[in-house]
Amino acid sequence: MPGLGTSFGRGGATTAQEDLANSDAILIMGSSMAENHPVGFRWVMKARERGATIIHVDPRFSRTSAMADVWTPIRAGSDIVFLGALVGYVVERQLDFREYVVHYTNAATIIREDFQDTEDLGGLFSGWDAEHHQYSPETWFYEGAPENGTPAGHSRAGGGHGKDRGGEAADLSQFERDPTLQHPRCVYQLLRRHFARYTPELVEETCGVPRDIFLKIAHAFTSASGPERTAAICYAVGWTQHSKGVQIIRTAAILQLLLGNIGRPGGGILALRGHASIQGSTDIPTLYDIMPGYLPMPFFEADSHRFADYVATHRSKTGWWANFDAYIVSLLKAWYGEAATRENDWGFDWLPRVTGDHSHQGYWLEMADGGLEGLFVMGQNPAVGAPNARLERRALAKLKWLVVRDMVETETASFWLDSPEVARGELDPATVGTEVFLFPAAGHAEKAGTFTNTQRLLQWREKAVEPPGDCTSETAFVYQLGRRLKARAAADPRPRNQGLNALTWDYPTEGENGEPDPEAILQEINGWTVADRVLVKDYKALADDGSTACGCWIYSGVFPKTGENKARGRHPRGRYGHGWGFAWPSDRRIMYNRASARPDGRPWSERKKLVWWDERAHEWIGYDAPDFTTSKAPDYRPPEGAEGDAALPGDAPFIMHPDGVGWIWVSSGLKDGPLPTHYEALESPLGNALYPAHAVNPAADRMERADNEYAASPDPRYPYVLTTYRLTEHHTAGGMTRTLPHLAELQPALFCELSTELADELGVNPGSWVTITSPRGAIEARALPTSRIRPITAGGRTIHQVALPYQFGHRGLVCGDTVNDLLAMSEEPNVRIMETKALVCNVTPGRRSREWA
Amino acid sequence: MAINLFLEWPLLKQLVRGGDGTGPEAMSPRTRALRPRHVGASVARSVCPYCGVGCGQRIYHRDGQLVAIEGDPDSPISQGDLCPKGAASFQLLTHAARLTRVKYRAPYATAWQELPLEQALDMVADRVWASRERGFVEARDGEVLMQCPSIAHLGGATLDNEENYLIKKLFSAGLGMVAISNQARI
Repeated sequence: MPGLGTSFGRGGATTAQEDLANSDAILIMGSSMAENHPVGFRWVMKARERGATIIHVDPRFSRTSAMADVWTPIRAGSDIVFLGALVGYVVERQLDFREYVVHYTNAATIIREDFQDTEDLGGLFSGWDAEHHQYSPETWFYEGAPENGTPAGHSRAGGGHGKDRGGEAADLSQFERDPTLQHPRCVYQLLRRHFARYTPELVEETCGVPRDIFLKIAHAFTSASGPERTAAICYAVGWTQHSKGVQIIRTAAILQLLLGNIGRPGGGILALRGHASIQGSTDIPTLYDIMPGYLPMPFFEADSHRFADYVATHRSKTGWWANFDAYIVSLLKAWYGEAATRENDWGFDWLPRVTGDHSHQGYWLEMADGGLEGLFVMGQNPAVGAPNARLERRALAKLKWLVVRDMVETETASFWLDSPEVARGELDPATVGTEVFLFPAAGHAEKAGTFTNTQRLLQWREKAVEPPGDCTSETAFVYQLGRRLKARAAADPRPRNQGLNALTWDYPTEGENGEPDPEAILQEINGWTVADRVLVKDYKALADDGSTACGCWIYSGVFPKTGENKARGRHPRGRYGHGWGFAWPSDRRIMYNRASARPDGRPWSERKKLVWWDERAHEWIGYDAPDFTTSKAPDYRPPEGAEGDAALPGDAPFIMHPDGVGWIWVSSGLKDGPLPTHYEALESPLGNALYPAHAVNPAADRMERADNEYAASPDPRYPYVLTTYRLTEHHTAGGMTRTLPHLAELQPALFCELSTELADELGVNPGSWVTITSPRGAIEARALPTSRIRPITAGGRTIHQVALPYQFGHRGLVCGDTVNDLLAMSEEPNVRIMETKALVCNVTPGRRSREWA
Repeated sequence: MAINLFLEWPLLKQLVRGGDGTGPEAMSPRTRALRPRHVGASVARSVCPYCGVGCGQRIYHRDGQLVAIEGDPDSPISQGDLCPKGAASFQLLTHAARLTRVKYRAPYATAWQELPLEQALDMVADRVWASRERGFVEARDGEVLMQCPSIAHLGGATLDNEENYLIKKLFSAGLGMVAISNQARI
């Protein structure tokens, strides 16, 4: 989320899928949208029918490419060169939407004199601390921004999700700017200098994309942007799952800000999420570093020991985050109820402190080393879906107990019974001490509740039937478990139990399994006034004095009064379907839509009008709910000393940011730089053409150890680039598809896509077995030689790329080797995501050896 | 009777009324009376459980049994469409390998056994309590830590917001667990 979050203010797709129909050009990159979001792709097709240019950049030709006007293959892992060259193309040719850029972005802001660029330091920004392997971002701050006394938001423990807004380390409401964009240290000029070497020639040399094709794409995309036209970008995990994934998205965000494509119809960046509620599971996070609504977990460090310090660190003086204290107090009131008082800092000291990398891969390594006793897995299948899946499975054998909840017996649940490690003799059930509980889970039709889709839309599901047998929802399971644990803690007043005893846990239930009423939970998420339990209308009603409770402030407004569950709405009206579900925040379907109007409040053009200032009514109106204080006039100027939203002028559309503008430059909030820079993948056949001394993202974590080894770059043992992907007919690690007869029949086996040229070189026939190896493992698959994958010429040589769908495992109606056995655990610095889309491998004809059998 | 049979003969109907043999002329009283299986069934408005597009679904059910799952034509996002996975979601709920009982594997056991749901819940509560007791750290260097480092959680992107909310609330704010993670990263 910080790619979008630091750039614009909120970690979510800026637009809605339906709005793609209004685009004049759509760049799809890091995604095969037609295959993995097929129904959403209908809106791309509608745009094409209306004359839009569809561009697909992807190592593989897929059904998305087949529907595009332009497709080009690209060397996996070189995305920032390609996107950076688009940025360079815009800046060098002065094609930016100048009025938008000057008013709505920080392009004019001047940066401190002591900042040094990667171009100055050969691949590092200023502030690199080699000993601690991290940046100190002070030199990235705005000129004139006083440091506010707290350490820069770059805690080693931080996962990055909660740092979306950035800027807490300095008062970014104070800065100097040059609206002519000529000052040598203004962001625009720094950007220009930074990307000067990202040329079409570099794209050809590094990405393997011919210069003329790049220029054709650059022309198509930029000429579809401006007052009369807009262009959109769609991406998925093909961008995120890299050792610099956040910075790839940042490059796209910079491009869209330069072209004036954010907050406008047909513009935006659509993050395509791969699960039904993956957006929801960061908004209301089952994550270690944040609490609901992107409030950071307290970290065990100086600025988090006291509640007042924690609030001071994360509250910003100007912009919407000035309300931080109201949101955290309301959350603690929702969790700890009456026990949360001003005297005890609302129970802040009952919250656990984060002390390190407690993310999936971080704690899994601890598990592998015997450092964990118990694990819950709910609706996820890491034995197939996680990188270095061998290590993942073997680590499960080190647990005392494991609870798995799913609709089928997954590979994770049965690791001790029939995993490849058992087949290989590495694990013997008789010596595995892990106690395993496998609970049957209710399916989507057997429980009510909300999913938050890829465009931030909460949609309620009604319950159709009772779950079969002993199947229950997660709500029922967690609620019943919580009741048991609270009963034990009730008579035990030790400090560790104070939070558990205080925890509000009194939901109305129904049925023999004691299913809590999900609407009651959604009401708690929406929030109420404590005194009378009257639901709050939206988050503007939340207070910092304990008078309100709210489980997730950004969702507030979804249930504004009794009987009005907006997520349940099924009467769409208008251009954006208001009345169907509820989009956070405040049912705004296109975020930052104040930017769809000129600084003076009139639409940029009739064709692209969305919200505008109604002079007579003295309010913002339009086709969408304005993402702006509706009564704030375009010519409003904040009085001296104003705070919060009142401190932002009437022409500042990015209201979450302390300076109210979109961030081309990220002063604070990212751990690997204020601007994106090209680094190679952690395993690559090529060195870094730009920075030979810094091949890879210096802040990324390789997590290298004996059971997570890396190839050299380059490595003659592993000459080919490997990338992984998903099939239309299977879902992630296959737990919801490989047991279904129809889908199993449609995609019955693992296969390996490789170019016909490489197949000829290896002497491999279609359908014959090949073995694919990496330093982590070896798997076998049927060969699928195809012209859909083409050899790339980059770095002065031919590079072969190989693509594998990672969705097979050893159970289900259709089985296959686990592709993720080949992958390394690794962590991108901001969100700790693993690199799955660019690594190296070898391919040999024939089945894998007995050693791996 | 015989004359009726004769008059219902599709070939005759086609000769008399025209048509290509695939329309009403080919229908018998039985086929004319056939109705889609979901006619008259109750409908729940729902959402596809697979990817993040969020296609609308209409889930038809009768007498507590699922009848069919169709795309919801009213959805402004999906306009009635479902992809192969969404179209197979009826099977997701009804296929033969669906797990419906708690399975339990004791330490060092070589096979599963079944457990009653309540007993399994009691046992899990026991394990959580014991592991939490063994690992809990209330303070470090005189400052509050309140951390339960011995237990971890994984999963959430396939679950409901309400489910994620209870998991985070109990595990983090109640039990002090910090190792909580799901599929979402970015």
